Amino acid sequence: MATIEISCVEVWREISNYLDEEISPELRERLEAHFKACAHCTAVLDGTRNVVGLVGDGRLFQMPDGFSKRLYKKLQKLP
Amino acid sequence: MSMTQSQLRTNEAELIKSVCGGQREAFYELLRPYERMIYATAISVVKNPADAEEVAQEAVLKAFSNLSSFRAESKFSTWLVQITYNEARMKLRKARPHLYESIDDQQPDDKGDFWPKDYADWRPIPSELLEQKEIRQAVQDAINSLNPSYREVLVLRDVQHLSIKETSTILGISEPSVKTRLHRARLLLRDRLAPGIDGSWINGQPYQKARAW
Repeated sequence: MATIEISCVEVWREISNYLDEEISPELRERLEAHFKACAHCTAVLDGTRNVVGLVGDGRLFQMPDGFSKRLYKKLQKLP
Repeated sequence: MSMTQSQLRTNEAELIKSVCGGQREAFYELLRPYERMIYATAISVVKNPADAEEVAQEAVLKAFSNLSSFRAESKFSTWLVQITYNEARMKLRKARPHLYESIDDQQPDDKGDFWPKDYADWRPIPSELLEQKEIRQAVQDAINSLNPSYREVLVLRDVQHLSIKETSTILGISEPSVKTRLHRARLLLRDRLAPGIDGSWINGQPYQKARAW
């Protein structure tokens, strides 16, 4: 059976769920067929995946120097 | 050292018992793995490092004093993040009452489709890029520029790697809302970071938009 085609707009709606593997196997198959044929949607997918990787990098949201030390000092002062 | 979820929970339960029994040092051990989580949560709401540190300290003190009320049905980390959110939101409300109201009213529209601004072909981002302070700052600024309800979901899911379920519990929104907001946040961020990532940061060239229309 041929995979049912899916429009670009429908693909964009699912890009984040696709990355998180939060979709059914059927939908996954339709999306992957679309990505193979559509360079634009593949670019949106790659870009979104890049962003997820970038935001998840441990070098972001670093605590300021001395953060822990000052925190434990506060705790020690508690009665 | 890696622990399974259940080992971690057992270990934490032991530590909590010790703290409640008067051993304060056990609290430091309990807290240590979550320091960055607390800080990241705080800064995702209050946005500046000095306020975030103050919020983190207040949240930790509160967690310490209320530890005996912690119920083991929830995860310790979830409980900590919830306390931090409450402190951070309180701080924001105190500092900017009018602004806070307007942010609160401005609930994002989770319906309707998102149209990517363009389809520039992205090459993978070299990891060394984040060694540069200005680039870390640019990414941070882009995250800060998101609507708070998108930013909160993004920080819990993609920065702190919490599950959809945990995120939904912490923010008090449904799991489908978590997914929709995360989706919006990621695509918006992609649009906002594209000029840097695809242009000046990597090859020193201005960004070439590749619009389909």
